[in-house]
Amino acid sequence: MARVEMAELAHSYRPRPASDADYALKKMTFVWEDGGAYALLGPSGCGKSTLLNIISGLLRPSEGRVLFDGRDVTALSPAERNIAQVFQFPVVYDTMTVAENLGFPLRNRGVAEAEVRARVAEVGEMLELTPMLDRRAAGLTADQKQKISLGRGLVRSDVAAILFDEPLTVIDPHLKWLLRRKLKQVHERFRRTLIYVTHDQNEALTFADKVVVMHDGRVLQLGTPQELFERPEHRFVGYFIGSPGMNFLPCVATDGGLAIAGVETPLDPSLAARVNGSNGTLELGIRPEFIELHETPTPGSLAAQVERVEDLGNFRLVTARLASHELKIKLPEGQALPAGTAHLVLPPAWARLYRDGRLVG
Amino acid sequence: MSLRLDRVGRTVAGEIWLEDVSLQLAPGSLNVLLGPTLSGKTSLMRLMAGLDRPTRGKVLLDDQDIHEIPLQRRSVAMVYQQFINYPSFTVFDNIASPLRRQGLGRAEVDRRVRETAAMLHIDGLLDRLPAELSGGQQQRCAIARALVKQARLLLLDEPLVNLDYKLREELREELQSLFAARDAIVVYATTEPAEALIMGGDVVVLSEGRMLQHGRTIDVYRHPASAEVARNFSDPPMNMIDGRVDDGVAVLGAAIHVPLTHHLRGLPPGRYQFGVRAGHLSIERRTGHDVAVPGEVELAEISGSETFVHVHHSGVSWVVQQAGVHTYALGEPVRIHIDPARLYAFGEDGALRAAPERSG
Amino acid sequence: MDKTENNRAWLLVIPVLLVVAFSAIIPLMTVVNFSVQDIFGPGERVWVGTEWFEEVLADTRLHDALWRQFLFSGLVLLIEIPLGVMIALAMPREGWSVSLVLVVLALPLLIPWNVIGTIWIIFTRPDIGLMGNTINRLGLGFDHTASPLDAWVTLMLMEVWHWTPLVALLAYAGLKAIPDAYFQAAQIDGASRWAVFRYIQLPKMRGVLTIAILLRFMDSFLIYAEPFVLTGGGPGNATTFLSIYLVKIAVGQFDLGPAAAFSIIYFLIVLLFSWIFYQVLQNVGRGRA
Repeated sequence: MARVEMAELAHSYRPRPASDADYALKKMTFVWEDGGAYALLGPSGCGKSTLLNIISGLLRPSEGRVLFDGRDVTALSPAERNIAQVFQFPVVYDTMTVAENLGFPLRNRGVAEAEVRARVAEVGEMLELTPMLDRRAAGLTADQKQKISLGRGLVRSDVAAILFDEPLTVIDPHLKWLLRRKLKQVHERFRRTLIYVTHDQNEALTFADKVVVMHDGRVLQLGTPQELFERPEHRFVGYFIGSPGMNFLPCVATDGGLAIAGVETPLDPSLAARVNGSNGTLELGIRPEFIELHETPTPGSLAAQVERVEDLGNFRLVTARLASHELKIKLPEGQALPAGTAHLVLPPAWARLYRDGRLVG
Repeated sequence: MSLRLDRVGRTVAGEIWLEDVSLQLAPGSLNVLLGPTLSGKTSLMRLMAGLDRPTRGKVLLDDQDIHEIPLQRRSVAMVYQQFINYPSFTVFDNIASPLRRQGLGRAEVDRRVRETAAMLHIDGLLDRLPAELSGGQQQRCAIARALVKQARLLLLDEPLVNLDYKLREELREELQSLFAARDAIVVYATTEPAEALIMGGDVVVLSEGRMLQHGRTIDVYRHPASAEVARNFSDPPMNMIDGRVDDGVAVLGAAIHVPLTHHLRGLPPGRYQFGVRAGHLSIERRTGHDVAVPGEVELAEISGSETFVHVHHSGVSWVVQQAGVHTYALGEPVRIHIDPARLYAFGEDGALRAAPERSG
Repeated sequence: MDKTENNRAWLLVIPVLLVVAFSAIIPLMTVVNFSVQDIFGPGERVWVGTEWFEEVLADTRLHDALWRQFLFSGLVLLIEIPLGVMIALAMPREGWSVSLVLVVLALPLLIPWNVIGTIWIIFTRPDIGLMGNTINRLGLGFDHTASPLDAWVTLMLMEVWHWTPLVALLAYAGLKAIPDAYFQAAQIDGASRWAVFRYIQLPKMRGVLTIAILLRFMDSFLIYAEPFVLTGGGPGNATTFLSIYLVKIAVGQFDLGPAAAFSIIYFLIVLLFSWIFYQVLQNVGRGRA
């Protein structure tokens, strides 16, 4: 088990990177605590696989260092780093039985046979593989094979971290939640450092205590699922987390307030101080869940045209137009919907301000 | 043009792929085929396109058997889950290919390709080859090729399933407005209840080759004819629990007593299967009528905007949907609150006996 | 997924059926015809039943040729399969050298078979051949036209040189198809080089190795051109394999009946052994053998 640290890490696949664009990973520094469950989340091409390969030791970063428990492991191979990995497509040794698969990493390291048996039995039981321990691995289903891959990491007591590379891709949809739960239980019982790479928000947020959101080679936020949802630190995080994502409205700072589409709203003085006098594009971000719809104007409300209403069963999704901007609003079942013009209230508790895409308050 | 399926069935090598499906689809309609994998969606689409022959019944286009119409004159376009484009053609040539086959003039082809490409926001990529595009762009190209020939029957077989969810969100919305602007019969297959609701229109719920229910999408969602439809047309599947009604009270499972209020009032005594959607259960108490059930958290799945809490109560696993992101420890004790006004009741035969009154 | 149903597809298959009919089925029927009749001339045929088969099966020279043939094919498999796999394992997996190695490996496969025999005749000649002359200078007295052992050594060398590249190419294709994740997983599990071969590479190559073994068995069992050119079946009968003996009967002695019966037996032996190999290889590694 280990605390994983990236120190001034950057990577370029080009020999002599000149500009920012040449870097697949832009300079980053962050720490993952020992025994935590972390996820790396981002769309395809965001650099998460590059980062994963650097952590596992398959790729050597062009700049910076990787530290496990303070020890520099940048130059070490995956085996020397003592990491384990579960790949996108299940990797099992077809000709071995399930038990032989699980015991393989231990036997390779010369662990005593009695100890191997005990560990295999323990992990097999935890992963609900006990009934099939003596069966050949080749004939098993994808979810069972993924459990075996995971088990080969769990049997070793010296593993620094277990990495998961989109491990549920080939799993039947209705079995996914069972495996997610199994992962949570495994984490709770063994308290290993787990690192999970995916492009699927559902998987990342369900699995992890803390999620790293990446985009375009940059780490945009490291936070709990709740923080990502409630306080996205970057406009991309707001857009990427949640369906539909956060709404963004351009606004202008005024004396002691904020003008959104020509309507002036007062602003908290401390926030006003940060916003005032700054250059750059200001935007207000608010999630579709938090916008209130009223039939009559209230102080500070914004008049918007209701353009479309979709009944999605649990809620209705309203598309409204405010000046030239489209907004999505989630309306809970049972709530009345004004026709034509609606008056929107953006509760200050849920409204976030972004300058040039970065959260300011 | 209208498409009519008259009691069609298809049996392949002794296995029933489709059984006794009758449908009438009107021009300008959007029809969602909803069902899990292998429920017969693709088989049904292939019959509609005339690619396969039904072993029973008839597929009629404007009252003419589709197999009597030569393939070239059927006016059918299809989009698949895989991004299918001609790999050696540019995006322009890919989109133009069905038009060139029709023998249209150069100027006309050019105009229509550019117009369709613009609708799908790939007008900047016309010179590229499919391999140089992202998955989303490749599927846009495939959709453009299907749209450009203005076929009167447009079939889409899970077109978004292989895309990232953000792309799926975007394309879904665009497709809806594209379909709305056309006079074609659109048939759209999906496995996801949420996608069916977003697309709207009419829905055909399929399971194991049988048509379970057909109607306005939102009506079918609110009034599923059977427990099977209810389970299939809910994500997560509707929570189901066996129970009974006697002495003016409903008993769910062993000991959950629910008063017979609202729509449940008239239920005669007997055995029932009760169902409630995840979104209608809550962890916090909401109304005075709520019935509380203690349980233990098995897992909290977080979708981004919602949390799905799996709660275990005496042998039954319930799923509770909560707005926003919440975290729970495994095994954490919680109380599920059931609002009797939200309960569905199905008879022992699975048929719907009582559905919540529509609200809001 | 099934495809559009109409009968047009059969039209497209007809040319292939015709070619197969003329190239395989009709000649085979002719051979069957010959094997049960005694033919004196056009229109003069006598039904002889299984007489030719009995004669051929009792022929001790045929028995000798058959054992010789099994020995030869056995040696071919024992040498070429492991050697081919070893070459494939040693080949680079990426970079410019890959295409170079592939071209060099493919060279022997591109040469016409009778030319191969000629090349090796010259190569092994004791007076002017590079190999024959060199060995003789070492004082080992090498002559494949006189010594049965030398003839076998030469044939085996030629055969191995000619066909091991095919095995290597097939094995290489099998190796290349293994996803990187397997090697990464093995590295992470601390597997030794041998364990990687035994538990990943060998099981994943089973399919292509099955094909390689079948091809090499059938081909070597039917070998004709090379020994015919190189040794003519000699010295004595030392390299008279089944096919060479068959041609001697059919063309040399013009005994068409026995030759036809021989052909059918020959064909059945190849079929039987190929089937056995296939069954065994299919089940090995699946825990059912």
